[in-house]
Amino acid sequence: MTATTSGQVISDRQQLAYIASQAADARVNVELETEGMTLNIGPQHPATHGTLRIIARLDGEQVIWAEPSAGYMHRGYEKLTEVRSFPQVTALINRIDWLGSFANEVPFILAAEKLMGIEAPPRAQYIRTILFELSRIANVTLFLGDLGVQLGAITPVFFAFRDREYALNLIEAATGGRFHPNFDRIGGLKDDLPKGWIDEAKATMKKMKQFCDTIEDLLFGNEIFQIRTRGIGVIPKDVAMSYGLSGANARASGIDWDLRRDQTLPMAWDKADWKVITHPAGDSFARCWVRLQETREACSIVEQLVDNIPAGPIMAKVPRIVKVPEGEAWVSTENPLGEMGYYVVSKGDTGPFRVKIRSASFNNISITPWLLKGVFVPDIITILASLYFILGDIDR
Amino acid sequence: MLATLPYWGVSLIRILGGIVAVLLPAGSIVYIFLFKMMSFMQSRLGPMEAGPYGSMQLFAEVGKWLQKEDLAPDGADKRLFKMAPLIVLASTFLLVAVVPFGPDAWFTNFEAGVFYALAVSSVSVLGILMAGWSSANKYSLMGGLRAAGQLIAYELPMVLAVIGVVIQAGTMNLQQIVVKQNNDKIFGLHFLGNPYILTQFVGFIVFMIAVQAELTQTPFDMPIAESELVSGYMTEYSGFRFLIFFIGEFATAGVFALIASALFLGGWGVPFSWFGWHNIGDVANWMNVVGPLIMFVKMMIVVFLIMWVRFSFPRFREDQLQRFAWKVLIPIALANIMLTAILKVAF
Repeated sequence: MTATTSGQVISDRQQLAYIASQAADARVNVELETEGMTLNIGPQHPATHGTLRIIARLDGEQVIWAEPSAGYMHRGYEKLTEVRSFPQVTALINRIDWLGSFANEVPFILAAEKLMGIEAPPRAQYIRTILFELSRIANVTLFLGDLGVQLGAITPVFFAFRDREYALNLIEAATGGRFHPNFDRIGGLKDDLPKGWIDEAKATMKKMKQFCDTIEDLLFGNEIFQIRTRGIGVIPKDVAMSYGLSGANARASGIDWDLRRDQTLPMAWDKADWKVITHPAGDSFARCWVRLQETREACSIVEQLVDNIPAGPIMAKVPRIVKVPEGEAWVSTENPLGEMGYYVVSKGDTGPFRVKIRSASFNNISITPWLLKGVFVPDIITILASLYFILGDIDR
Repeated sequence: MLATLPYWGVSLIRILGGIVAVLLPAGSIVYIFLFKMMSFMQSRLGPMEAGPYGSMQLFAEVGKWLQKEDLAPDGADKRLFKMAPLIVLASTFLLVAVVPFGPDAWFTNFEAGVFYALAVSSVSVLGILMAGWSSANKYSLMGGLRAAGQLIAYELPMVLAVIGVVIQAGTMNLQQIVVKQNNDKIFGLHFLGNPYILTQFVGFIVFMIAVQAELTQTPFDMPIAESELVSGYMTEYSGFRFLIFFIGEFATAGVFALIASALFLGGWGVPFSWFGWHNIGDVANWMNVVGPLIMFVKMMIVVFLIMWVRFSFPRFREDQLQRFAWKVLIPIALANIMLTAILKVAF
């Protein structure tokens, strides 16, 4: 590690890559030798699971310069929310991070509740938290399987899809929707939990913990996996902070920061005993490892909360036609992909006047030009996989 | 029986036999391992609709590919592009020519058999490079270049691993290597013969790793690397040219497994002591029928190892792959050769 004059800490590897890139430029300038090659990775490419485009300038297999080009899947959610009423918006924003849909609804509903000055009853808070963690499990499970595919191991992904189905079944049993529950309401929830759901949840959490063990054996213990991920795509702590990384990507760089613990929201995370996982290394392996451990923690949160769900109503007193008083509110939560927040501006109407969506993947992916300099082409895929983005979460 | 046939009859039988020897292993490998074993490892059933337990699936797939248009990209070097898959398949056919299947069931039987096999196995590199270059696609080009580097690098440990066997057998004729393994004794015991996997175990491991890389199977599948290079040198291929690449891939796996079983596992033979045979002249005629079956079983066992690794491991990066070849495999293979030579002189 060396510090440059601008105070930025870069690794030796990145410094060498910088020198190599300068040398490559010089070569091109004097028309002596090979030119580089510009490779468009995407918009259609097996590794970008969506329509992300990475423009990479290559010297052989080494990346000199890379830039992500987002926006191929822009769906205009911020604008669409302005022509919908508050209860309708949840059906939309479900689709931002489509793997952990319920988690998208929660911060928006919390922001609306904050403006109206109401709070969901304790039972609703518990069930919200449980469903939130279930969507985290459903989301990260797919990441753990997909990681194998990106690195060339095809078997783990099938285990991931098989076991993710258990978590989706739970969400479906409670909400009626597997992918897009649209279950959260201002002041509470649409329905109570069905009969027998709690036992089912406990059994499923056991299965998910087993799945974590399987993946740890299959992938994380594999020597090839380790040499492919350890020391690849290292993000130092201050760089992670300056690019606004959040979620597991930040925690893998040693930043002990988790919005579930660090802010007080009307949710039930403080009622369970769990810990924030961090890793000092900041490389791809750390990011994957942190996510694996977080899945385990999420399972234990669900296990603890389902035992202690308090009795009572699931809906606060809310008028039939929701009119949110004039004001502005910002609520963000620790979503599966990182910090997700909504800045809601209301003019006292049935719908929001303006909503700014802060989604985690957009910030997480913004570090790629810095991170991809000097790596090899296969490492682009490792780094993108370990940064873990959902295209809907980038483009909104 | 073969001796009584005219020359053209023998040739015809051998040509038909060669086609069977390439296509039958390829088909059974694809069905048993790619369709079924992989599915069971991944907790799914695999194809179940076409035929009983999906056994006709392969014919359905072949039918589908044959119907597709024979596309070539606009910028492609058309002649090379169309020729490349044929060269890859030709390498497989050339390779199977030296494999003995029984005392008289062989296609050709000449002294430098091992040398010839190792030489023609690298012909496929030409086809792959041609495919990569002529596709006018950056991914294909990178795949082709990776393949060239990888296949040439792993040729060396493969040759070195085989040299141990050649030293021990004292011949490069594959038929005689098989006979020697079944006729020899180990520690004075005739019972098992002397399959070289017992004495050349290190060589066998090195050979199998090199074969894995030669076949571009995971963990050495960087030339194809579907998550990085889309499909590497095969990206632009479709229709029957893709089918030829596909058959070539699995047929070559079968042929390399046949060569591995001939070199290390005793080939078509059973230990000669079981029937009181003393040289190849004594071997009963029915071995020409049983021998191919024994070869088939041994081939399936070897391919099982290849496929097991393929479905379990992530892939290397190509610099790590080269490091593995030059810094690990080649020194081990060289040490194995020296040890074999010393022991050969000592005993």
